Amino acid sequence: MEIKDVENLAGLARIDLPEDEKLSLIKDFENILGYVDIIKGANVDGVELEFDHYNAWREDVETDRDFDRDLIIEQFPNKQDDFLKVKKILP
Amino acid sequence: MIDTKNLTIEKAHESLKKGEYTCRELASAYLKNIEAKNAELNAYLEVFDDVMEQADKAQEMFQNGTATLMTGVPIAIKDNILFKSHKVSAGSKILENYVATYDSTAVKKLKQAGAVILGRTNMDEFAMGSSTETSAYGVTRNPYDPTRVPGGSSGGSAAALGADMALVALGTETCGSVREPSAFCNLVGIKPTYDTFTRHGIIAMGNSLDQVSPFGKTVRDAEIVYNTLVGYDPEDATSTPTALAEKGKKENMKSDMKRIGVPWHLFAEGVDPEILENFKASIEKFKQSGYEIVDIELPYAKYSLATYYIIMPAEVSTNLSRFDGIRYGLSLPGNNLMEVYKKSRHAGFGKEARRRILLGTYILSHGYYDAYYNKAVKIREKIKEEMLEAFKKVDFITTPTVPVLPFKLGEKLSDPVSMYLCDVFSAPANLTGVPAIALPSGFSKDGLPMSIQFTANNFCEEALFDLGKKFEIM
Repeated sequence: MEIKDVENLAGLARIDLPEDEKLSLIKDFENILGYVDIIKGANVDGVELEFDHYNAWREDVETDRDFDRDLIIEQFPNKQDDFLKVKKILP
Repeated sequence: MIDTKNLTIEKAHESLKKGEYTCRELASAYLKNIEAKNAELNAYLEVFDDVMEQADKAQEMFQNGTATLMTGVPIAIKDNILFKSHKVSAGSKILENYVATYDSTAVKKLKQAGAVILGRTNMDEFAMGSSTETSAYGVTRNPYDPTRVPGGSSGGSAAALGADMALVALGTETCGSVREPSAFCNLVGIKPTYDTFTRHGIIAMGNSLDQVSPFGKTVRDAEIVYNTLVGYDPEDATSTPTALAEKGKKENMKSDMKRIGVPWHLFAEGVDPEILENFKASIEKFKQSGYEIVDIELPYAKYSLATYYIIMPAEVSTNLSRFDGIRYGLSLPGNNLMEVYKKSRHAGFGKEARRRILLGTYILSHGYYDAYYNKAVKIREKIKEEMLEAFKKVDFITTPTVPVLPFKLGEKLSDPVSMYLCDVFSAPANLTGVPAIALPSGFSKDGLPMSIQFTANNFCEEALFDLGKKFEIM
Protein backbone atom coordinates (compact mmCIF):
# COMPACT_ATOMS: atom_id res chain seq x y z
CA MET A 1 0.00 0.00 0.00
CA GLU A 2 1.25 3.45 -0.91
CA ILE A 3 0.40 7.03 0.04
CA LYS A 4 -1.83 7.43 -3.00
CA ASP A 5 -3.84 4.34 -1.99
CA VAL A 6 -4.47 5.80 1.47
CA GLU A 7 -5.42 9.11 -0.13
CA ASN A 8 -7.84 7.34 -2.42
CA LEU A 9 -9.47 5.55 0.54
CA ALA A 10 -9.66 8.79 2.52
CA GLY A 11 -11.36 10.39 -0.47
CA LEU A 12 -13.89 7.59 -0.70
CA ALA A 13 -14.52 7.82 3.05
CA ARG A 14 -14.76 11.64 2.91
CA ILE A 15 -12.09 12.26 5.54
CA ASP A 16 -9.21 14.75 5.39
CA LEU A 17 -5.98 13.20 6.62
CA PRO A 18 -2.76 14.93 7.70
CA GLU A 19 0.45 13.67 6.03
CA ASP A 20 1.90 11.97 9.11
CA GLU A 21 -1.29 10.01 9.65
CA LYS A 22 -1.19 8.70 6.08
CA LEU A 23 2.23 7.20 6.80
CA SER A 24 1.20 5.69 10.14
CA LEU A 25 -1.93 4.25 8.53
CA ILE A 26 0.17 2.38 5.98
CA LYS A 27 2.06 0.77 8.85
CA ASP A 28 -1.16 -0.02 10.78
CA PHE A 29 -2.78 -1.50 7.69
CA GLU A 30 0.24 -3.72 7.08
CA ASN A 31 0.01 -5.05 10.64
CA ILE A 32 -3.76 -5.52 10.67
CA LEU A 33 -3.99 -7.01 7.19
CA GLY A 34 -0.97 -9.17 8.05
CA TYR A 35 -2.96 -10.53 10.96
CA VAL A 36 -6.29 -11.01 9.19
CA ASP A 37 -4.51 -12.74 6.30
CA ILE A 38 -4.68 -15.98 8.32
CA ILE A 39 -8.18 -16.32 6.86
CA LYS A 40 -6.51 -17.28 3.58
CA GLY A 41 -5.79 -20.66 5.16
CA ALA A 42 -9.43 -21.34 5.99
CA ASN A 43 -11.16 -23.85 3.76
CA VAL A 44 -14.64 -22.61 2.88
CA ASP A 45 -15.28 -24.92 -0.06
CA GLY A 46 -18.90 -25.79 -0.36
CA VAL A 47 -20.16 -23.00 1.91
CA GLU A 48 -23.34 -21.73 0.39
CA LEU A 49 -24.52 -18.50 1.90
CA GLU A 50 -28.13 -18.90 2.68
CA PHE A 51 -29.72 -15.57 3.26
CA ASP A 52 -32.68 -16.41 5.40
CA HIS A 53 -33.56 -12.80 6.10
CA TYR A 54 -36.95 -11.49 5.21
CA ASN A 55 -38.60 -8.11 5.34
CA ALA A 56 -40.43 -7.23 8.53
CA TRP A 57 -43.54 -5.52 7.26
CA ARG A 58 -46.03 -3.53 9.25
CA GLU A 59 -49.39 -2.08 8.30
CA ASP A 60 -49.16 1.33 6.70
CA VAL A 61 -51.04 3.14 9.41
CA GLU A 62 -50.21 6.24 11.39
CA THR A 63 -48.61 5.52 14.75
CA ASP A 64 -47.26 7.67 17.54
CA ARG A 65 -43.60 8.51 17.10
CA ASP A 66 -41.37 9.50 19.92
CA PHE A 67 -39.17 11.86 17.84
CA ASP A 68 -38.95 15.41 19.11
CA ARG A 69 -39.19 17.74 16.11
CA ASP A 70 -37.95 20.80 17.98
CA LEU A 71 -34.93 18.97 19.31
CA ILE A 72 -34.09 17.82 15.79
CA ILE A 73 -34.36 21.30 14.29
CA GLU A 74 -32.48 22.87 17.19
CA GLN A 75 -29.49 20.71 16.35
CA PHE A 76 -29.18 21.58 12.67
CA PRO A 77 -25.69 23.04 12.25
CA ASN A 78 -27.13 25.56 9.80
CA LYS A 79 -30.77 26.46 9.26
CA GLN A 80 -33.21 28.95 7.81
CA ASP A 81 -36.91 29.09 8.70
CA ASP A 82 -36.70 25.66 10.37
CA PHE A 83 -35.22 24.15 7.22
CA LEU A 84 -31.82 22.49 7.16
CA LYS A 85 -29.47 24.67 5.15
CA VAL A 86 -26.57 23.17 3.17
CA LYS A 87 -24.00 24.41 0.70
CA LYS A 88 -25.20 24.34 -2.87
CA ILE A 89 -24.90 20.92 -4.41
CA LEU A 90 -24.60 21.80 -8.09
CA PRO A 91 -21.58 23.90 -9.03
CA MET B 1 -25.69 4.69 55.93
CA ILE B 2 -26.44 2.46 52.94
CA ASP B 3 -23.80 -0.22 52.40
CA THR B 4 -23.38 0.22 48.64
CA LYS B 5 -20.42 -2.14 48.58
CA ASN B 6 -22.50 -5.20 49.39
CA LEU B 7 -25.82 -4.08 48.02
CA THR B 8 -27.74 -6.18 45.48
CA ILE B 9 -30.95 -5.37 43.62
CA GLU B 10 -32.99 -7.71 45.80
CA LYS B 11 -31.58 -6.33 49.04
CA ALA B 12 -32.25 -2.77 47.85
CA HIS B 13 -35.75 -3.75 46.80
CA GLU B 14 -36.52 -5.22 50.23
CA SER B 15 -35.24 -2.10 51.97
CA LEU B 16 -37.17 0.24 49.67
CA LYS B 17 -40.29 -1.82 50.16
CA LYS B 18 -39.96 -1.79 53.93
CA GLY B 19 -39.19 1.91 53.85
CA GLU B 20 -35.77 1.51 55.47
CA TYR B 21 -34.66 4.17 53.03
CA THR B 22 -36.22 6.04 50.13
CA CYS B 23 -35.37 5.98 46.43
CA ARG B 24 -33.93 9.48 46.89
CA GLU B 25 -31.68 8.29 49.69
CA LEU B 26 -30.51 5.32 47.65
CA ALA B 27 -29.72 7.49 44.63
CA SER B 28 -27.97 10.00 46.92
CA ALA B 29 -25.72 7.28 48.32
CA TYR B 30 -24.51 6.54 44.79
CA LEU B 31 -24.19 10.22 43.88
CA LYS B 32 -21.96 10.58 46.93
CA ASN B 33 -19.74 7.74 45.73
CA ILE B 34 -19.58 9.37 42.31
CA GLU B 35 -18.55 12.64 43.87
CA ALA B 36 -15.80 10.91 45.82
CA LYS B 37 -14.40 8.70 43.05
CA ASN B 38 -15.31 9.90 39.59
CA ALA B 39 -12.66 12.61 39.37
CA GLU B 40 -9.98 9.94 39.59
CA LEU B 41 -11.63 7.15 37.57
CA ASN B 42 -13.51 9.19 34.91
CA ALA B 43 -16.21 6.53 34.67
CA TYR B 44 -19.07 8.97 34.12
CA LEU B 45 -18.98 11.60 31.39
CA GLU B 46 -22.09 13.19 32.84
CA VAL B 47 -24.31 12.70 35.84
CA PHE B 48 -27.85 13.62 34.77
CA ASP B 49 -29.57 16.55 36.48
CA ASP B 50 -32.91 14.77 36.79
CA VAL B 51 -31.79 11.89 39.02
CA MET B 52 -33.90 13.08 41.96
CA GLU B 53 -36.99 13.50 39.75
CA GLN B 54 -36.52 9.94 38.55
CA ALA B 55 -36.12 8.80 42.16
CA ASP B 56 -39.38 10.52 43.08
CA LYS B 57 -41.21 8.74 40.28
CA ALA B 58 -39.80 5.43 41.53
CA GLN B 59 -40.89 6.26 45.07
CA GLU B 60 -44.43 6.82 43.80
CA MET B 61 -44.37 3.34 42.31
CA PHE B 62 -43.56 1.92 45.73
CA GLN B 63 -46.38 3.94 47.22
CA ASN B 64 -48.99 2.91 44.68
CA GLY B 65 -47.94 -0.74 44.59
CA THR B 66 -46.61 -0.86 41.01
CA ALA B 67 -42.95 -1.24 41.99
CA THR B 68 -40.93 -4.02 40.38
CA LEU B 69 -37.47 -5.33 41.24
CA MET B 70 -35.85 -2.63 39.07
CA THR B 71 -37.83 0.23 40.61
CA GLY B 72 -35.53 2.75 42.25
CA VAL B 73 -32.42 0.85 41.16
CA PRO B 74 -29.62 3.33 40.31
CA ILE B 75 -28.16 2.33 36.95
CA ALA B 76 -25.39 3.69 34.73
CA ILE B 77 -25.77 3.65 30.96
CA LYS B 78 -23.10 3.68 28.29
CA ASP B 79 -22.77 6.87 26.27
CA ASN B 80 -24.17 5.24 23.11
CA ILE B 81 -27.67 4.52 24.49
CA LEU B 82 -30.21 7.22 23.66
CA PHE B 83 -32.10 8.85 26.54
CA LYS B 84 -34.42 11.55 25.21
CA SER B 85 -33.41 15.16 25.95
CA HIS B 86 -30.09 14.00 27.40
CA LYS B 87 -26.69 14.28 25.77
CA VAL B 88 -25.27 11.18 24.09
CA SER B 89 -21.88 11.33 22.40
CA ALA B 90 -20.63 7.77 21.81
CA GLY B 91 -17.35 8.97 23.30
CA SER B 92 -16.77 11.05 20.16
CA LYS B 93 -16.13 14.72 19.39
CA ILE B 94 -18.42 14.42 16.39
CA LEU B 95 -21.40 14.10 18.76
CA GLU B 96 -20.03 16.25 21.58
CA ASN B 97 -23.17 18.30 22.15
CA TYR B 98 -25.70 15.99 20.57
CA VAL B 99 -28.95 15.63 22.49
CA ALA B 100 -31.02 12.46 21.97
CA THR B 101 -34.27 13.23 20.16
CA TYR B 102 -35.98 10.02 21.28
CA ASP B 103 -35.61 7.22 23.83
CA SER B 104 -33.91 3.96 22.95
CA THR B 105 -36.22 1.05 23.73
CA ALA B 106 -33.73 -0.04 26.41
CA VAL B 107 -34.18 3.29 28.20
CA LYS B 108 -37.92 3.17 27.66
CA LYS B 109 -38.03 -0.20 29.40
CA LEU B 110 -35.84 1.05 32.25
CA LYS B 111 -38.13 4.06 32.69
CA GLN B 112 -41.22 1.84 32.71
CA ALA B 113 -39.60 -0.33 35.37
CA GLY B 114 -38.83 2.78 37.42
CA ALA B 115 -35.05 2.46 37.31
CA VAL B 116 -33.07 5.59 38.14
CA ILE B 117 -30.62 6.39 35.35
CA LEU B 118 -27.72 8.14 37.05
CA GLY B 119 -25.69 9.20 34.06
CA ARG B 120 -23.82 8.27 30.92
CA THR B 121 -20.49 6.49 31.10
CA ASN B 122 -17.26 6.79 29.19
CA MET B 123 -16.47 4.42 26.34
CA ASP B 124 -14.04 3.89 23.52
CA GLU B 125 -15.05 6.18 20.66
CA PHE B 126 -18.03 4.57 18.90
CA ALA B 127 -17.23 1.47 21.00
CA MET B 128 -13.99 0.88 19.11
CA GLY B 129 -11.50 -0.41 21.59
CA SER B 130 -10.77 -2.79 24.43
CA SER B 131 -9.52 -0.34 27.04
CA THR B 132 -11.65 2.86 27.02
CA GLU B 133 -8.55 4.75 25.95
CA THR B 134 -9.84 5.89 22.53
CA SER B 135 -12.60 8.06 24.05
CA ALA B 136 -12.45 11.72 23.06
CA TYR B 137 -13.10 12.52 26.72
CA GLY B 138 -10.06 10.99 28.38
CA VAL B 139 -9.27 7.52 29.67
CA THR B 140 -11.21 5.68 32.35
CA ARG B 141 -9.19 4.01 35.09
CA ASN B 142 -9.59 0.59 36.66
CA PRO B 143 -11.03 0.79 40.19
CA TYR B 144 -8.84 -2.13 41.28
CA ASP B 145 -5.67 -0.37 40.12
CA PRO B 146 -6.00 3.15 38.69
CA THR B 147 -2.74 2.78 36.75
CA ARG B 148 -4.49 0.13 34.65
CA VAL B 149 -7.30 0.12 32.09
CA PRO B 150 -10.84 -0.98 33.02
CA GLY B 151 -11.22 -2.83 29.72
CA GLY B 152 -13.49 -1.66 26.98
CA SER B 153 -15.31 -0.51 25.12
CA SER B 154 -17.87 -0.29 27.97
CA GLY B 155 -15.10 0.57 30.45
CA GLY B 156 -16.95 3.51 31.99
CA SER B 157 -19.92 1.37 32.96
CA ALA B 158 -17.61 -1.33 34.33
CA ALA B 159 -15.55 1.13 36.38
CA ALA B 160 -18.73 2.82 37.65
CA LEU B 161 -20.08 -0.48 38.88
CA GLY B 162 -16.74 -1.79 40.12
CA ALA B 163 -16.32 1.34 42.25
CA ASP B 164 -19.91 1.26 43.58
CA MET B 165 -20.91 4.33 41.63
CA ALA B 166 -24.01 2.45 40.39
CA LEU B 167 -25.88 -0.66 41.49
CA VAL B 168 -25.97 -2.11 37.97
CA ALA B 169 -24.93 -0.86 34.54
CA LEU B 170 -25.58 -1.23 30.84
CA GLY B 171 -22.96 -1.58 28.18
CA THR B 172 -23.00 -2.74 24.60
CA GLU B 173 -21.04 -5.50 22.92
CA THR B 174 -19.79 -5.81 19.40
CA CYS B 175 -16.93 -8.12 20.32
CA GLY B 176 -16.55 -8.64 24.05
CA SER B 177 -17.10 -5.00 25.02
CA VAL B 178 -18.98 -6.02 28.16
CA ARG B 179 -17.36 -9.35 28.93
CA GLU B 180 -13.80 -8.01 28.71
CA PRO B 181 -14.38 -5.03 31.07
CA SER B 182 -16.34 -7.40 33.34
CA ALA B 183 -13.23 -9.53 33.55
CA PHE B 184 -11.02 -6.51 34.27
CA CYS B 185 -13.35 -5.07 36.96
CA ASN B 186 -14.47 -8.27 38.76
CA LEU B 187 -18.05 -8.17 37.40
CA VAL B 188 -20.61 -10.42 35.80
CA GLY B 189 -21.33 -9.55 32.16
CA ILE B 190 -23.92 -11.24 29.98
CA LYS B 191 -23.98 -10.96 26.18
CA PRO B 192 -27.50 -12.12 25.24
CA THR B 193 -28.48 -14.13 22.18
CA TYR B 194 -28.23 -11.90 19.09
CA ASP B 195 -31.43 -9.97 18.39
CA THR B 196 -33.17 -10.88 21.66
CA PHE B 197 -32.45 -7.35 22.93
CA THR B 198 -33.56 -4.51 20.69
CA ARG B 199 -31.02 -2.20 19.06
CA HIS B 200 -33.51 0.64 18.63
CA GLY B 201 -31.85 3.83 19.81
CA ILE B 202 -28.36 2.41 20.20
CA ILE B 203 -25.64 4.18 18.23
CA ALA B 204 -24.56 1.47 15.83
CA MET B 205 -21.07 0.15 15.28
CA GLY B 206 -21.57 -3.21 13.55
CA ASN B 207 -25.24 -4.13 13.36
CA SER B 208 -24.70 -7.82 12.68
CA LEU B 209 -22.75 -8.02 15.96
CA ASP B 210 -24.00 -5.24 18.29
CA GLN B 211 -25.98 -6.14 21.37
CA VAL B 212 -26.87 -4.20 24.52
CA SER B 213 -25.47 -6.19 27.44
CA PRO B 214 -25.93 -5.88 31.22
CA PHE B 215 -23.30 -5.74 33.95
CA GLY B 216 -23.95 -6.83 37.52
CA LYS B 217 -21.90 -7.39 40.63
CA THR B 218 -23.72 -10.70 41.02
CA VAL B 219 -25.25 -13.14 38.54
CA ARG B 220 -28.69 -12.47 39.96
CA ASP B 221 -28.33 -8.70 39.43
CA ALA B 222 -27.29 -9.22 35.81
CA GLU B 223 -30.23 -11.59 35.39
CA ILE B 224 -32.73 -9.04 36.72
CA VAL B 225 -31.50 -6.41 34.27
CA TYR B 226 -31.57 -9.03 31.51
CA ASN B 227 -35.20 -9.87 32.33
CA THR B 228 -36.07 -6.18 32.20
CA LEU B 229 -34.67 -5.68 28.71
CA VAL B 230 -35.21 -8.95 26.87
CA GLY B 231 -38.01 -9.24 24.34
CA TYR B 232 -39.37 -8.40 20.91
CA ASP B 233 -39.46 -4.76 19.84
CA PRO B 234 -41.54 -3.68 16.85
CA GLU B 235 -39.25 -0.64 16.50
CA ASP B 236 -36.37 -2.94 15.54
CA ALA B 237 -37.07 -4.90 12.38
CA THR B 238 -34.31 -7.38 13.25
CA SER B 239 -35.63 -8.12 16.74
CA THR B 240 -36.55 -11.76 17.40
CA PRO B 241 -40.33 -12.33 17.59
CA THR B 242 -41.47 -13.77 20.92
CA ALA B 243 -42.76 -17.03 19.44
CA LEU B 244 -39.42 -17.70 17.77
CA ALA B 245 -37.50 -17.03 20.98
CA GLU B 246 -39.84 -19.32 22.92
CA LYS B 247 -39.46 -22.05 20.33
CA GLY B 248 -35.67 -21.77 20.36
CA LYS B 249 -35.60 -21.92 24.13
CA LYS B 250 -37.78 -25.01 24.20
CA GLU B 251 -35.56 -26.76 21.65
CA ASN B 252 -32.22 -25.85 23.18
CA MET B 253 -32.77 -25.86 26.94
CA LYS B 254 -32.39 -29.25 28.61
CA SER B 255 -33.37 -30.33 32.07
CA ASP B 256 -29.94 -31.42 33.18
CA MET B 257 -27.20 -29.30 31.64
CA LYS B 258 -23.96 -30.65 33.03
CA ARG B 259 -21.58 -31.17 30.12
CA ILE B 260 -18.93 -28.51 29.72
CA GLY B 261 -16.72 -28.51 26.63
CA VAL B 262 -13.19 -27.09 26.79
CA PRO B 263 -11.46 -26.21 23.48
CA TRP B 264 -7.96 -26.53 24.94
CA HIS B 265 -6.35 -26.20 21.52
CA LEU B 266 -7.48 -22.55 21.34
CA PHE B 267 -5.35 -21.50 24.28
CA ALA B 268 -2.31 -23.70 23.91
CA GLU B 269 -0.40 -20.41 23.76
CA GLY B 270 -0.94 -16.71 24.31
CA VAL B 271 -2.72 -16.95 27.67
CA ASP B 272 -1.15 -15.42 30.79
CA PRO B 273 0.09 -18.34 32.96
CA GLU B 274 -1.72 -17.03 36.04
CA ILE B 275 -4.99 -16.87 34.11
CA LEU B 276 -4.51 -20.37 32.73
CA GLU B 277 -3.85 -21.72 36.22
CA ASN B 278 -6.92 -19.95 37.57
CA PHE B 279 -8.97 -21.30 34.66
CA LYS B 280 -7.87 -24.86 35.40
CA ALA B 281 -8.74 -24.39 39.07
CA SER B 282 -12.24 -23.18 38.11
CA ILE B 283 -12.71 -26.19 35.83
CA GLU B 284 -11.69 -28.44 38.72
CA LYS B 285 -14.40 -26.83 40.91
CA PHE B 286 -17.02 -27.66 38.30
CA LYS B 287 -15.71 -31.22 38.11
CA GLN B 288 -15.94 -31.55 41.90
CA SER B 289 -19.51 -30.26 41.74
CA GLY B 290 -20.62 -33.01 39.41
CA TYR B 291 -20.13 -31.41 36.00
CA GLU B 292 -18.65 -33.45 33.21
CA ILE B 293 -15.66 -31.84 31.52
CA VAL B 294 -15.13 -32.79 27.88
CA ASP B 295 -12.36 -31.90 25.41
CA ILE B 296 -13.75 -30.37 22.25
CA GLU B 297 -12.25 -29.22 18.98
CA LEU B 298 -13.40 -26.06 17.21
CA PRO B 299 -11.12 -25.97 14.16
CA TYR B 300 -12.57 -22.77 12.68
CA ALA B 301 -12.70 -20.81 15.94
CA LYS B 302 -9.07 -19.76 15.51
CA TYR B 303 -10.18 -17.59 12.57
CA SER B 304 -12.79 -15.77 14.68
CA LEU B 305 -10.90 -12.63 15.56
CA ALA B 306 -9.50 -12.17 12.03
CA THR B 307 -12.97 -12.70 10.62
CA TYR B 308 -14.32 -10.15 13.07
CA TYR B 309 -11.67 -7.61 12.05
CA ILE B 310 -12.95 -7.81 8.48
CA ILE B 311 -16.69 -7.81 9.07
CA MET B 312 -16.68 -5.15 11.79
CA PRO B 313 -14.71 -2.43 9.92
CA ALA B 314 -16.86 -3.05 6.84
CA GLU B 315 -19.96 -2.34 8.92
CA VAL B 316 -18.25 0.56 10.69
CA SER B 317 -17.35 2.33 7.46
CA THR B 318 -20.97 2.00 6.36
CA ASN B 319 -22.57 3.00 9.68
CA LEU B 320 -20.34 5.97 10.36
CA SER B 321 -20.96 7.51 6.96
CA ARG B 322 -24.06 9.15 8.49
CA PHE B 323 -21.88 11.48 10.57
CA ASP B 324 -21.17 14.11 7.98
CA GLY B 325 -21.60 17.50 9.65
CA ILE B 326 -24.89 18.16 7.91
CA ARG B 327 -27.88 17.34 10.09
CA TYR B 328 -26.40 17.20 13.59
CA GLY B 329 -23.15 16.94 15.47
CA LEU B 330 -19.87 18.69 14.80
CA SER B 331 -19.85 20.69 11.57
CA LEU B 332 -16.89 22.58 10.18
CA PRO B 333 -17.37 25.26 7.53
CA GLY B 334 -16.08 24.62 4.00
CA ASN B 335 -16.25 26.19 0.57
CA ASN B 336 -18.45 23.42 -0.73
CA LEU B 337 -20.35 20.39 0.54
CA MET B 338 -17.41 18.02 0.05
CA GLU B 339 -15.18 20.22 2.18
CA VAL B 340 -17.79 20.29 4.95
CA TYR B 341 -17.86 16.47 4.95
CA LYS B 342 -14.12 15.99 4.87
CA LYS B 343 -13.24 18.62 7.44
CA SER B 344 -16.02 17.68 9.85
CA ARG B 345 -15.20 13.99 9.67
CA HIS B 346 -11.50 14.65 10.14
CA ALA B 347 -12.06 16.87 13.17
CA GLY B 348 -14.90 14.80 14.61
CA PHE B 349 -13.49 11.29 14.49
CA GLY B 350 -10.52 10.17 16.56
CA LYS B 351 -7.60 8.13 15.29
CA GLU B 352 -9.03 4.65 15.91
CA ALA B 353 -12.37 5.55 14.33
CA ARG B 354 -10.59 6.96 11.27
CA ARG B 355 -8.40 3.84 11.10
CA ARG B 356 -11.40 1.50 11.14
CA ILE B 357 -13.44 3.56 8.68
CA LEU B 358 -10.57 3.47 6.19
CA LEU B 359 -9.91 -0.22 6.81
CA GLY B 360 -13.57 -0.95 6.15
CA THR B 361 -13.52 1.20 3.03
CA TYR B 362 -10.52 -0.81 1.82
CA ILE B 363 -12.13 -4.16 2.59
CA LEU B 364 -15.29 -3.18 0.74
CA SER B 365 -13.53 -1.68 -2.25
CA HIS B 366 -13.54 -3.24 -5.68
CA GLY B 367 -10.84 -5.87 -6.01
CA TYR B 368 -10.64 -6.70 -2.29
CA TYR B 369 -14.27 -7.37 -1.50
CA ASP B 370 -14.11 -11.03 -2.50
CA ALA B 371 -10.78 -11.79 -0.87
CA TYR B 372 -11.75 -10.21 2.44
CA TYR B 373 -15.42 -9.57 3.02
CA ASN B 374 -16.94 -12.50 1.14
CA LYS B 375 -14.37 -14.92 2.51
CA ALA B 376 -14.98 -13.65 6.07
CA VAL B 377 -18.73 -14.06 5.73
CA LYS B 378 -18.20 -17.67 4.64
CA ILE B 379 -15.85 -18.41 7.53
CA ARG B 380 -18.46 -16.90 9.84
CA GLU B 381 -20.90 -19.53 8.54
CA LYS B 382 -18.36 -22.27 9.24
CA ILE B 383 -17.76 -20.99 12.78
CA LYS B 384 -21.50 -20.89 13.37
CA GLU B 385 -21.94 -24.39 11.99
CA GLU B 386 -19.22 -25.92 14.15
CA MET B 387 -20.45 -24.05 17.23
CA LEU B 388 -24.00 -25.33 16.83
CA GLU B 389 -22.61 -28.80 16.13
CA ALA B 390 -20.61 -28.60 19.38
CA PHE B 391 -23.79 -27.81 21.32
CA LYS B 392 -25.17 -31.18 20.27
CA LYS B 393 -22.40 -32.77 22.32
CA VAL B 394 -21.96 -30.33 25.20
CA ASP B 395 -24.21 -27.86 27.04
CA PHE B 396 -21.57 -25.19 27.61
CA ILE B 397 -18.27 -24.16 26.11
CA THR B 398 -15.77 -22.51 28.41
CA THR B 399 -12.60 -20.46 27.93
CA PRO B 400 -10.86 -17.78 29.97
CA THR B 401 -12.81 -14.54 29.31
CA VAL B 402 -9.65 -12.60 28.40
CA PRO B 403 -6.15 -14.03 27.82
CA VAL B 404 -4.43 -11.19 29.71
CA LEU B 405 -4.71 -9.38 33.06
CA PRO B 406 -5.82 -5.71 33.12
CA PHE B 407 -2.90 -3.89 31.50
CA LYS B 408 -1.30 -0.52 32.15
CA LEU B 409 -2.74 2.62 30.59
CA GLY B 410 -1.03 3.23 27.26
CA GLU B 411 0.56 -0.22 27.14
CA LYS B 412 -1.20 -1.44 24.00
CA LEU B 413 -2.28 1.84 22.46
CA SER B 414 0.43 2.00 19.79
CA ASP B 415 -0.05 -1.59 18.64
CA PRO B 416 -3.61 -2.12 17.33
CA VAL B 417 -3.19 -5.87 16.80
CA SER B 418 -2.08 -6.55 20.39
CA MET B 419 -5.09 -4.51 21.59
CA TYR B 420 -7.41 -6.47 19.29
CA LEU B 421 -6.10 -9.77 20.68
CA CYS B 422 -7.71 -8.99 24.07
CA ASP B 423 -10.98 -10.08 22.45
CA VAL B 424 -9.74 -13.33 20.94
CA PHE B 425 -12.09 -15.43 23.11
CA SER B 426 -14.98 -12.98 22.77
CA ALA B 427 -15.32 -13.04 18.99
CA PRO B 428 -17.00 -16.46 18.52
CA ALA B 429 -20.13 -15.52 20.51
CA ASN B 430 -20.60 -12.22 18.66
CA LEU B 431 -19.97 -13.76 15.25
CA THR B 432 -22.34 -16.67 15.82
CA GLY B 433 -24.94 -14.90 17.97
CA VAL B 434 -24.94 -17.34 20.89
CA PRO B 435 -25.15 -15.98 24.45
CA ALA B 436 -22.08 -15.81 26.70
CA ILE B 437 -21.45 -14.88 30.30
CA ALA B 438 -18.28 -13.65 32.03
CA LEU B 439 -17.96 -14.70 35.67
CA PRO B 440 -15.43 -13.43 38.24
CA SER B 441 -13.05 -16.28 39.10
CA GLY B 442 -10.65 -14.81 41.64
CA PHE B 443 -7.64 -12.52 41.79
CA SER B 444 -4.06 -12.67 40.59
CA LYS B 445 -1.19 -12.50 43.07
CA ASP B 446 -1.11 -8.74 42.45
CA GLY B 447 -4.79 -8.43 43.28
CA LEU B 448 -6.07 -8.07 39.72
CA PRO B 449 -9.43 -9.62 38.79
CA MET B 450 -9.66 -12.76 36.66
CA SER B 451 -12.64 -14.23 34.86
CA ILE B 452 -14.03 -17.35 33.22
CA GLN B 453 -16.42 -17.33 30.28
CA PHE B 454 -19.24 -19.71 29.40
CA THR B 455 -21.09 -19.89 26.13
CA ALA B 456 -24.36 -21.77 25.60
CA ASN B 457 -26.66 -22.45 22.68
CA ASN B 458 -29.02 -19.71 21.41
CA PHE B 459 -31.76 -18.70 23.88
CA CYS B 460 -30.09 -20.57 26.79
CA GLU B 461 -29.34 -17.54 28.99
CA GLU B 462 -31.28 -19.16 31.82
CA ALA B 463 -28.79 -22.04 31.84
CA LEU B 464 -25.89 -19.56 31.96
CA PHE B 465 -27.42 -17.72 34.92
CA ASP B 466 -28.03 -21.01 36.69
CA LEU B 467 -24.45 -22.14 36.10
CA GLY B 468 -23.14 -18.74 37.21
CA LYS B 469 -25.09 -18.81 40.46
CA LYS B 470 -23.71 -22.25 41.23
CA PHE B 471 -20.17 -21.08 40.50
CA GLU B 472 -20.62 -18.16 42.91
CA ILE B 473 -20.94 -20.56 45.82
CA MET B 474 -18.45 -23.26 44.69
